Amino acid sequence: MPASDYDSACLPDILPLYYRRLFPFSQYYRWLNYGGVQKNYFQNREFSFTLKDDIYVRYQSFTTQNELEKEMQKMNPYKIDIGAIYSHRPNQHNTVKSGTFQALEKELVFDIDMTDYDDVRSCCSAAEICPKCWTLMTIAIRVLDRALRDDFGFQHLLWVYSGRRGVHCWVCDEAARKLSVAARSAVAEYLSLVKGGDETMKKVVLSDPIHPFIRESLVVVERYFPLYALQDQDILGRKESVDKVLALTPEDILFRTCSRANSSIAQANSSPQFISLKSNLQQDFQNEKKPENRWNLLKDQAKRKQATSKKGQHFEKEIMLQYCYPRLDVNVSKGVNHLLKSPFSVHPKTGRISVPIDLKELETFDPFAVPTISMICEELDRPRTVEEEDKSEETIDKENEKDAAESRKIRDYKRTSLAKYVKCFDQFLDVMARSWKGELLRKSDLQKDF
Amino acid sequence: MQFSSRTKKFTTNSQTELYSHPLLFYVQPPLENISLVEFETFAVERLKLLKTIENLGVSYVKLSDQYIKKLEAESKALNFLYRPEADDRKPLSGPTEQEKRRKDHISHFILRLAYCQTEDLRRWFIQQEVDLFRYRFNDLYPKQKLEFLHRNNLQYDTISVEEKKALQDKLVSSSYAFSGITVEDQDFYKVPFQDALDLVRLRKVYLKAGYVYIPHQEIVTIVLNDFRTRLSKALALTARSLPAVHSDERLQPLLNHLSHAYVGQDYSNQKNVGKISLEQIDSLSGKSFPLCMRQIHQSLRENHHLRHGGRMQYGLFLKGIGLSLEQALQFWRSEFIKGKVDADKFDKAYAYSIRHMFGKEGKRTDYTPYSCMKVILSNAPSQGDYHGCPFRHSDPELLKQKLQVYKVSPSGIIQILELIKGMHYQLACQKYFELTHNVEEASFSLNHPNQYFIESQKVLAGGRDIKRETDAPQKPQENSTKAPSAAPEAAANTQDVAEMTEELDSFFQDA
Repeated sequence: MPASDYDSACLPDILPLYYRRLFPFSQYYRWLNYGGVQKNYFQNREFSFTLKDDIYVRYQSFTTQNELEKEMQKMNPYKIDIGAIYSHRPNQHNTVKSGTFQALEKELVFDIDMTDYDDVRSCCSAAEICPKCWTLMTIAIRVLDRALRDDFGFQHLLWVYSGRRGVHCWVCDEAARKLSVAARSAVAEYLSLVKGGDETMKKVVLSDPIHPFIRESLVVVERYFPLYALQDQDILGRKESVDKVLALTPEDILFRTCSRANSSIAQANSSPQFISLKSNLQQDFQNEKKPENRWNLLKDQAKRKQATSKKGQHFEKEIMLQYCYPRLDVNVSKGVNHLLKSPFSVHPKTGRISVPIDLKELETFDPFAVPTISMICEELDRPRTVEEEDKSEETIDKENEKDAAESRKIRDYKRTSLAKYVKCFDQFLDVMARSWKGELLRKSDLQKDF
Repeated sequence: MQFSSRTKKFTTNSQTELYSHPLLFYVQPPLENISLVEFETFAVERLKLLKTIENLGVSYVKLSDQYIKKLEAESKALNFLYRPEADDRKPLSGPTEQEKRRKDHISHFILRLAYCQTEDLRRWFIQQEVDLFRYRFNDLYPKQKLEFLHRNNLQYDTISVEEKKALQDKLVSSSYAFSGITVEDQDFYKVPFQDALDLVRLRKVYLKAGYVYIPHQEIVTIVLNDFRTRLSKALALTARSLPAVHSDERLQPLLNHLSHAYVGQDYSNQKNVGKISLEQIDSLSGKSFPLCMRQIHQSLRENHHLRHGGRMQYGLFLKGIGLSLEQALQFWRSEFIKGKVDADKFDKAYAYSIRHMFGKEGKRTDYTPYSCMKVILSNAPSQGDYHGCPFRHSDPELLKQKLQVYKVSPSGIIQILELIKGMHYQLACQKYFELTHNVEEASFSLNHPNQYFIESQKVLAGGRDIKRETDAPQKPQENSTKAPSAAPEAAANTQDVAEMTEELDSFFQDA
C-alpha cells in the first residue's frame, strides 16, 4: 500500500479525526491501568502534550478512560509523552505540600537513536535513515531484548518505532516499574559497551575474561556483521572507510604482519615504520579487494594475537561492536520521572504513527511502510467493500447491547493499516494480563487474613 | 535508692524463637523486663568487647588467625557468644547459649541509646559493630549462614553443586577474580540483582534471569553493607527518641558515662606540664616524636612558618607532651619571627589561636590533641601543607626516601611499605617505632601521637615493662562532671554506678 503524501500542515485537520476514530483508547487504558492491581495507578500517571504552535503542557492526568478520550479529543495534541506514576494526581501537584509530590514508579525505558551512530554509518546522517542502516536498529533490538529477558529476567517488553529515526523499549514488568534510579542506571551501564564521544577513536575496549553478556551480544552481532557492515556499509571497501577500520587496529599487529619485510627500516627510525607498515596492510588490501576476504585477513591477525594474550587482543571483536553494538542514552533510562514519547502518538515531522514492533517479524520490519496519519485517515474514507459491510452487520447483530457508534469506532481502526499494530499491542497486553490476574488473586487472599 | 529492686517496665515476650539463631541483625528491640543491674552489666561488658575489637583491628589484620583467637578469648571472658554451637548443650559452667544471645541482644540496644547522639559516636559504634558482625558471621557454619540470610529477608540461596558445575564456565568468565578452582572451592549465592547494583553496573558478576551469582566472600560484603545501612538508620531514629530516655534519671548518668568512655585516653591532662624545655624539642623530635610530628617540626624549622592544619596538629601535640601556654607562645613566636612574620603581627594574629588551643579564648574549650584516627581521616593535606599522617598522605616514593634519610633499614622500609599498601597506617607507624627504637615488638597498640611519645620516652628511659598505671595520666575528672544537670543527683545516689564506672575507667586505662 503506498504511503500517502504527508504534510505536517494538514495535522490540525486530521488529528481530530485520528483521536476520534482511530486512536486505540481502550487498549491504551488497558495497558496503563495494569489490571487495576494498584490503586490510582492510572489516575496518578503524568502525561504531557505538545499542542499546536509548540505549546507544551505537563502534569496532565485523568481519572478514567473516558476523561482521557474527551481531553485528548478536545486538545488534539501534536505529541504525547508518558511520564511517571506520582504520589498524587499530577494535575493537582500544585496543591500538594512541596517536597511530598514525588515520582514513584515508571516502566524501565530505552531509547535508541540513529544519530548516535553517525560516526559509523556512511549511508545517512542525522535524521535520515535508509534500509541499509536500519539494520542497526534490528541488531539493537535483538541484543537488548535478549539481555533484558535472559540476563535480567524481564518478560513484558514493548518495542516501539519512534516514528522517525529510532526505537524505544518499554519494560513493563512490575519489578521494572519499581526500580530505583540507581538500579535503572546500573542496568543501563551493564548494557553499555560503546563509550566515548567525538574525541574518542576507539570506543570499545574489551579485556579478559570476556563476560558472558558480551559473548552473547557478539553472537548476535556476528550474525549481521557480514551483510550489514561488509556489504551494505562497505566498511572495508572505500579508502576512507578502510582507514577508519585500520585506525582501530592495534599498531603492533600491523608491525607483526610485515616484520620480515621491514625490520631494517624499523630499526632506522621509529615512526615512519608504522606508516610504511600500515600501508603494507593497505598493500595487502590492494591485492585483495573483496571486503569479506579483507575481513578474514584481519580476523586471522586477531587469532594470532589472541594466542599471545597481549593487550588489545580482541580488536576484531571491538571493531564489530563499535560498528554495530546498540548505543543507548543512559539518561533516558535513569530517571524515574523521565518523559518518553507515547506509543500510538504521531510524529509531527514524518506523520508516522509510533507503532509497536512485532519481534516475530523483525527481519521484515520496514520503517518506511509504517502507516502515516494521512494514510490511515484516507483509508477510513474509502468506501466500504461488500465483505466489510456484511461482516459489520453480523457483528452489530451480535453486539446488541453495545452502543452502535462505539462498536463502529472500535472497528474503524480495523479497516486501516493500523489494525495489525493494534493487534500486536493486544497480544502484548494479553500476556501481561495473565500476571495481573495472579496479582489480584494474591492481593485478595492477603486481605482475607485480616 | 537501691537499683536492684527497681525494674524497668517492659512488656514480656517469648524469647525462644528470637534466640534460636546465634546471630542477630538487631531489628527487633528486646521487649522484656530486666533489672538495672543487668542493664549496667550488659552495657559495660559489651562496651569492653567493642573496645577490644577496636584495638585488635589496629594491631592485626581483621579475621587473621591472631585476630580471631584474641577476639574469641575476649568474648569468652565477657560471656558473649564466641563459638556457634551446633546444639544447645548445657555448658558445664557459666551461662547457656540462650543467655548469651539474650545478653548480646539487650546490650546492643542499650549501647544504641548511648551512642546515637553525635556523628562521631555513631560512626565509632557502627564501625565496631560491623567488625563484630563480620567476625561472627565468618564463624558460622554454612547452614547457619543460609538460615541467617533467610530469617532476615535476604532471599539469598546457595546454588547446588550440579548447578555450579553447569555454570562453571560462565562464572569463571564473569570475573577476573575467579578461576575454576575458586568456583569449586566456594559457595555461590543467588542474589536478586537489585541487591548487588555495583557488581551489575560494572559487569563484574554473572547475571541470569534477574539473579546474580555471587561467591561467598562477596556475599559477606553485601550483608555487611546491609547491616551498616540498617544500623545507621536505626541510630538516627533512636536519637529522636532520646529525650524520653534521658528523662529517666536512673539511666542518664550511665548512658553519658558509657558514651564518654569510648574516647579513652585523650592526653589532654596537664600533669606533666613544664617537664619539657624548649631546648629539648629539637632532639626530642628526632628521638621520640612520631613521624608525622617529626615532619611538621622539621618543616617549621625550615620554613619558619606553618599553616593552620599543621599548627593545630602540632600545637596540640606539644601541649600534650607538656608544653605550657607560655612556653608554646615563646616557641611559635621565636620561630615565626625568623620568617616573614614580625612580632606585632604574631601577637595579633597567631597568639590568639595558640591561646585558643589552650582553652583561654572564645568558648574556652580545652582542645585535645589529635588521635591517629583523626589525623588520618580528617583534613587531608594539600599543596603547601605538612600535616597529616605521612604513612597515609605521603607518596610512597617520597616516604621511602625520607625513611632512608632517617636511617631506617631497607628491610624495615619494605615492611612499612607493605603495611601501607594494606592501609594499616597505624601499624606502619608502630613498625617505624619498633625499628627506630630497636625493639622486637611494641608493647602497645598505637592510636595516638602522644602515646607514641610517652612509650618512646619509656623505652629510652630503659624501663619497658614499668607498670602502666603509674605513668599513664589519671582519667581526667573533668569529663565526669561534664555530664549535664542530672549529675549531682546521680552522684548523690549511685554508689553502685560510681563503683562500676571506676572499674570502667581502669579498664580503659589499660587499653
